[in-house]
Amino acid sequence: MSPTIYMTIYIPGDSGALALGAEKVAKATAKELAERGIAAKIVRNGSRGAYFLEPMVEVETTEGRRAYGPVKAADVKGLFDAGFLTGGQHRLALGDPEDIPFIAKQTRLTFARCGITDPVSLEDYEAHGGLDGLRKAVAMAPLDIVKQVTESGLRGRGGAGFPTGIKWKTVLDTTADRKYIVCNADEGDSATFADRMIMEGDPFVLIEGMTIAGIATGATKGFVYIRSEYPHAVATMNKAVEVARKAGVLGATVLGSPNAFDIEIRVGAGAYVCGEETSLLNSLEGKRGVVRAKPPLPAIQGLFGKPTVINNVISLASVPIIMDKGAVFYKDFGMGRSRGTIPIQIAGNVKHGGLFEIAFGLSLGEIVDEIGGGTRSGRPVKAVQVGGPLGAYFPRELFDTPFDYEEFAKRDGLIGHAGITVFDDTADMLKQARFAMEFCAIESCGKCTPCRIGSTRGMEVIDRLAAGIEPEKSLALVTDLCNTMKFGSLCALGGFTPYPVMSAITHFPEDFKPAPARVAAE
Amino acid sequence: MSLQPASTEIAARTAAVISTMKDLEGPLLPILHGVQEEFGYVPQEALLVIADALNLSRAEVHGVATFYHDYRKQPAGRHVLKLCQAEACQSMGSDAIAAKVKQALGIGFHETARDNSVTLEPVYCLGLCACAPSAMLDGQVIGRLDDEAIDEIVAEVRR
Repeated sequence: MSPTIYMTIYIPGDSGALALGAEKVAKATAKELAERGIAAKIVRNGSRGAYFLEPMVEVETTEGRRAYGPVKAADVKGLFDAGFLTGGQHRLALGDPEDIPFIAKQTRLTFARCGITDPVSLEDYEAHGGLDGLRKAVAMAPLDIVKQVTESGLRGRGGAGFPTGIKWKTVLDTTADRKYIVCNADEGDSATFADRMIMEGDPFVLIEGMTIAGIATGATKGFVYIRSEYPHAVATMNKAVEVARKAGVLGATVLGSPNAFDIEIRVGAGAYVCGEETSLLNSLEGKRGVVRAKPPLPAIQGLFGKPTVINNVISLASVPIIMDKGAVFYKDFGMGRSRGTIPIQIAGNVKHGGLFEIAFGLSLGEIVDEIGGGTRSGRPVKAVQVGGPLGAYFPRELFDTPFDYEEFAKRDGLIGHAGITVFDDTADMLKQARFAMEFCAIESCGKCTPCRIGSTRGMEVIDRLAAGIEPEKSLALVTDLCNTMKFGSLCALGGFTPYPVMSAITHFPEDFKPAPARVAAE
Repeated sequence: MSLQPASTEIAARTAAVISTMKDLEGPLLPILHGVQEEFGYVPQEALLVIADALNLSRAEVHGVATFYHDYRKQPAGRHVLKLCQAEACQSMGSDAIAAKVKQALGIGFHETARDNSVTLEPVYCLGLCACAPSAMLDGQVIGRLDDEAIDEIVAEVRR
């Protein structure tokens, strides 16, 4: 009877939005709808990634979607009074969400649907271009799929940047009675939340990417290993897998083709090191998450000794668009050997924190100052850590570094999983360096000596530095220790812990001066 | 005040958990999660039953159960509060937040309040890095922690 019957209100169910009160907003909205007798559907979408505007509520109007944010539960009544369901004016009105500068400036390929669709509605997914990549893949020869992924230039988004297509080729070429696709969703690096956002906001894109990987390599079983700190992602992925099975996207005949593929969701148990691929495989097998020596490569002897593709969430979630739009389309974005787009996660002490997907090549300064808008505290930026707890600290002098795997390596850094933590001028870099060692000591799997023992000795030496005990000797010692850890560790945990430590020492020497001088300087 | 079940009961309930997951590929972690969900911790007595069922040595199961931070040796308090202590939260003052919470609850990290109301734990990243500092109370995520939010959390766990 009323035209309002088809109204749709989008209130994110993403855990970042939930952390800022989205659940209370949803409850208040449902209550207002009931009290006012308005029939409207509340969709719990993912987040568009502009966390400084979350919880961002959107309504579907005749002129398209209109956004309001950040909305508190207390604002809901006022929004209804202002007629927000038809795009009414309100102090929280943001207009068309696609026109919000933080969102408008992005190139969303992997995150095209994230925050827009109902995460667990397969119809919604298909209406927004979902499954087009898989449909093309089921009609192709495995080798042609692998070729297309290789030609796209896609490199592992987990941090190592290894070409995804080459990994797949090795698995395709290895004969075995059983092969696996393992998705590394153990996103433990601080400042990273891209994997979480995809799993909570567009889980089908990951399922589609994994299924394509299965068809391309001859694998029939996939595992998604999600860290236990992400209960919402686990719940959404489980639901999506169930929906995909019922719809025949997963199962004995993928989309009616002769290919079989199924996915199982597994939950980690709080070990950071399990983000390292070989310890993740051990963990999946039910063992201690201890790193394996390579070779053999997981592509040849991986999970349960079988050929295994192990890729990060974002790598796999980028595959459907490559299959749909072609290798050239994807490759056209980016710079140098870093092709396509990268979801940059801007975090920490920053005004406009969130996920920003864009082609490679933006400078660090543009990301921090222009997109991030500087610090949240309003104080000057002192340092930014790029690439999580194993990434280097960059001072303002290096803000001209373009976001590119090789360019960051040239400056003794890494882009890792593309998380950036901003620190203002109150940060104490000696403390940050000590934390890097401490974190390594807490999370070391214990297999190799440089990591297991080096991290603890590193903490002690930095403590001596802080206390002003033989500062020159201590500094030389920590440098030597970092060298040993870098070249002597089995995996990136021990091997990369020197990045934050040494970058802090190199770029912020004033913070490592003996204690009396530091006091005098203040 | 020990409400821990008797060992025969533990064995029976553990066996029930195992029976639902035994056929998984690599079932040990899911089983340990299941056991922890059942009891609130992983009892020593359960390890024997698991080892038997999976044809593993008790040492192997013990090794796995103790490797991972998530598996508890004792039951936690009625509430579990996890405070993120990783870099993004550090940049927004998680150290000071932790100090305040410890003071208010009268316990440190990895400790349970004497009245068993709450267990306090550090966590290294909840993926809420754009709304730091963050915490998780009994699975509920909380972002942009401030004094007001701490007061609410403390009141909630004391209730």
